[in-house]
Amino acid sequence: MFRNQYDTDVTTWSPAGRLHQVEYAMEAVKQGSAAIGLRSKTHVILASVNKATSELSSYQRKLFKVDDHIGIAMAGLTADGRVLSRYMRSECINHKFIYESPLPVGRLVVQVADKAQVCTQRSWKRPYGVGLLVGGLDETGPHLYQNCPSGNYYEYQAFAIGSRSQAAKTYLERKFETFMTCSRDELIRHALFAVKESLQDEELSITNCSVAVLGIGEPFNILDLKSLQGFIDSLEEKKEAEVETVVADSEQAGADAEAPVAEDQGDGPAPMET
Amino acid sequence: MAYWSPYDNNGGTCVAIAGSEYCVIAADTRLSTGYSILTREHTKMCQLSDKCVLASSGFQADIRALQKNLDARHQIYQHQHNKKMSCPAMAQLLSNTLYYKRFFPYYAFNVLGGLDNEGKGCVFTYDAVGSYERVGYSSQGTGQQLLMPVLDNQLQSASPLLLPSKESATPLSESEAVDLIMDIFASATERDIYTGDAVEIVVVNADGIRREVADLRKD
Repeated sequence: MFRNQYDTDVTTWSPAGRLHQVEYAMEAVKQGSAAIGLRSKTHVILASVNKATSELSSYQRKLFKVDDHIGIAMAGLTADGRVLSRYMRSECINHKFIYESPLPVGRLVVQVADKAQVCTQRSWKRPYGVGLLVGGLDETGPHLYQNCPSGNYYEYQAFAIGSRSQAAKTYLERKFETFMTCSRDELIRHALFAVKESLQDEELSITNCSVAVLGIGEPFNILDLKSLQGFIDSLEEKKEAEVETVVADSEQAGADAEAPVAEDQGDGPAPMET
Repeated sequence: MAYWSPYDNNGGTCVAIAGSEYCVIAADTRLSTGYSILTREHTKMCQLSDKCVLASSGFQADIRALQKNLDARHQIYQHQHNKKMSCPAMAQLLSNTLYYKRFFPYYAFNVLGGLDNEGKGCVFTYDAVGSYERVGYSSQGTGQQLLMPVLDNQLQSASPLLLPSKESATPLSESEAVDLIMDIFASATERDIYTGDAVEIVVVNADGIRREVADLRKD
């Protein structure tokens, strides 16, 4: 269509009133491996699918601590994500220095959104190619936000971004009404179930997912492999005990097959995603 | 005619003693200005890392600013290196931070205590502009001149000028060191008007950090 004529510059509108460069940036987020977030009245859980480009390499880290009370999961150009996380860390430290109090999550999210917006209105810049799920705790309780390359931000009960996130979102939509009253461990299990949906054919294991927890009385921390293995094992037990069945294609009850190598499958990652 | 000074001395004394597996850091809790007492319950200590405690006496505003600065720098370090700072690393950072303001110094006299990378006690003593040294024990503040000779007497058997440099950890046990601290603070309180009210003693060892407060004379 006319798309190709109006998509060279981020500062050029298309006749349909769209900024195609910004939309292309959002595509980069959709191509990245999945990131999932959910929250209860007391905790926020962030989880990510870890994709290694080859057997020889390690996976990209997508969960970052921003402060004791804020953490992020990213999807898309993780390099852009690292830059944003450095900015967020710096803002938190400065705020704490001046006000001797933790930076409220909502304010940090707005600052990041404004930073992203700037890149959509300068001809010499490009939009950030990363979507962030920001989980944080402040005086009003735990919160989960999403930051988009467009400069928009949204608050969620639970959400998933990245490739095959729709599967995770379907699971979350079904279960989210119970999240507010879930315990920390139940919430982690829900997160792992959602990650499982995104993995689809692959077996969930400690090598292909990461989980981070943040809550009242618990500073942000990424679960170590041992705890994570414990939760994954408990998923298997829970599944066997559950009467109500989860989506059929990801269920391999009690399977002890080795996890297949994390190769490009299905739509595959964008070339920029490492 | 009196000229306005950007500094004030809020008094107080700090001490630290390094043992083979522990470190004791202590400071009194009196905050004063001139001949008046501002409060009897002010802490001069700041825990910078899980094995590292800073005690400072001098100008309270500068001390607070210095502590906040170091805390922020420690957070940045943790983000970049994914681990907490060791005590010797913090010692170097403190020195650099102080020298950074060489031409408008932090009016803070510091003693840094904790466990080094091998789990042995370490004490670092500073001047206002960052000159520092690792020692077995040290004191800073208004009671320094009263306490150092006593510490030398108790913790070193002969003059350091005659013998080569000794083990930087004292042979005392942890409880002996704490008792010594109580005694010397009581002595300093007798003669130094700026020292008194209470002494806060912090012990860092392999099990973690323990804090006690003991009363001192209030006059």
